[in-house]
Amino acid sequence: MKRELLKFAAFTAFVLLMPLFFKGGYLMNVLVFVGINTMLAIALNLLLGYAGQISLGHAGFFGLGAYLSGVLTVNYDWNPWQAMPVAAVVVGCLACLIGFPILKLKGHYLAMATLGLGIIIYIVFNETIELTGGPSGLSGIPNLAVGEFTFDSDVKNYYLVWCFALAVVLFSINLANSRVGRALRAVHDSEVAARVVGVNARMLKIQIFVLSAMISSLAGSLYAHTMTFISPASFGFNFSVELLTMVVIGGLGSVYGSFLGAALLTLLPEFLRAANDYDIIIYGGLLVLMVMFMPGGLVRGFPDLFRKIFNRRGGSEHA
Amino acid sequence: MLEISGITQIFGGVTALEDVSFRINRGEITGVIGPNGAGKTTLFNIITGIYTQTCGKILFEDKDVSRLQPERLARLAMVRTFQNIELFGGMTVHENVMVGMHTKSSSGLLACALKMPWSMSEERRIREASMKWLEFTGIADLADVMAGNLPFGKGRMLEIARALAVEPRIILMDEPAAGLNSQETLGLAQLIKQIRDLGITVVLVEHDMELVMDICDRIVVLNLGRKLAEGTPREIQDNPEVIAAYLGEDD
Repeated sequence: MKRELLKFAAFTAFVLLMPLFFKGGYLMNVLVFVGINTMLAIALNLLLGYAGQISLGHAGFFGLGAYLSGVLTVNYDWNPWQAMPVAAVVVGCLACLIGFPILKLKGHYLAMATLGLGIIIYIVFNETIELTGGPSGLSGIPNLAVGEFTFDSDVKNYYLVWCFALAVVLFSINLANSRVGRALRAVHDSEVAARVVGVNARMLKIQIFVLSAMISSLAGSLYAHTMTFISPASFGFNFSVELLTMVVIGGLGSVYGSFLGAALLTLLPEFLRAANDYDIIIYGGLLVLMVMFMPGGLVRGFPDLFRKIFNRRGGSEHA
Repeated sequence: MLEISGITQIFGGVTALEDVSFRINRGEITGVIGPNGAGKTTLFNIITGIYTQTCGKILFEDKDVSRLQPERLARLAMVRTFQNIELFGGMTVHENVMVGMHTKSSSGLLACALKMPWSMSEERRIREASMKWLEFTGIADLADVMAGNLPFGKGRMLEIARALAVEPRIILMDEPAAGLNSQETLGLAQLIKQIRDLGITVVLVEHDMELVMDICDRIVVLNLGRKLAEGTPREIQDNPEVIAAYLGEDD
């Protein structure tokens, strides 16, 4: 437990010091996205990595949070601080209603059902033009503010988003190492054995689905209030797959892995921009290599890789 | 303790069990034996709520539990183990047993994630009490090993430890000696007797006749989905029908 706290403290320090190296600039904006994507990847990881339930519709919950926040503040003049929790609760209720029937499904069928859910939500954003502005998007979403202090720059938004992201990290680590987290992992490993010792697998899956949707919604609200403009394109099927990739590349069932996955997949396209048209090929190639050589994800793959290199060196000295 | 009456199970036209009835007495070790395909495991799956029977009734401590799910049965203090041990492979041995205490703890999702004081003290209690069961089954030294890396025999002990952590009044074991060497089987026989001495009723499906005859107080014989006989080990050994249908086939 002490070690967990130490790790978290180190991570927090790292996050807080990051902006010193960039001093504003465009990359700061990307780092805000890393924070948002970290929240999303952790949310999906709770469901996929811990409970073993797939979702291909998480961009939908992310979008719902963003649009609920956006519509309530732009069209109905709500305070963003009120819109955010309301959005999360609404999305949570929706996830609960949907979770009851669809979490009965397993494997590919669950993937299909959540895929459908994501697409339906995406279509709603596009078609309810009077509320959402349709494909051309919703603009003029207010920034969050505390009194006179408005979060209107990238650096301010960085700290704002990362406050939430760090809270989600801590929350998830605590959860994973608790009675509920163990039950979740148990359901993942052997659902029948978990049920036999008294774990209500169905209720637990629904609970974690709701929690995951609510964290995604919160990330969506933060996205809306930091970007001030949203359009349906950000919340489509592609993004759901990207989230899934972050979780798998980072490491299933690891909170810090989700951060690594989110950071890599958010930053990589920015660094590959120099490669012009070849960026997508390099990007795809890197992902394939990582899955091949680090099947446990970055969080387990890096230590393994170091060990291998170290061992090889040790071996050649002996030879 | 457990009363099984008129259990019939039909799988798409195949009758796996037909009108099986018997009682299991409190504090005894009951063995359910029979040739392959006799329906022993099916019967276990029905009793423990994995399958729902076509017809028939199960009373557990005078309560009708015929159609209850496994998680409800665990709360009523009925637990089982599996023939092909079902462990939580990605968790440590200690954590596996801690999951066994799920019904003996109550902290919710938020209390756990926010580390509320009451959930923390409950966590300590779970940690200590589950260690006790590891000691009881003799695998305390493996507490921090990943369950997926255990040798089969130790895995079996872990599964029993996890089941005991539920604090059951009845435990059903599906072929606990399967895959164990003779040394391990001896240890298992000792352990099962110790479990009975804790006041826990034991029911086991088993192929190892020596083990069954040695530890069981009573035996129920199934053959081709029907109950063939029941009685003490001596009565069963002397029963001509049983010898014809089952024991005689060994030669």
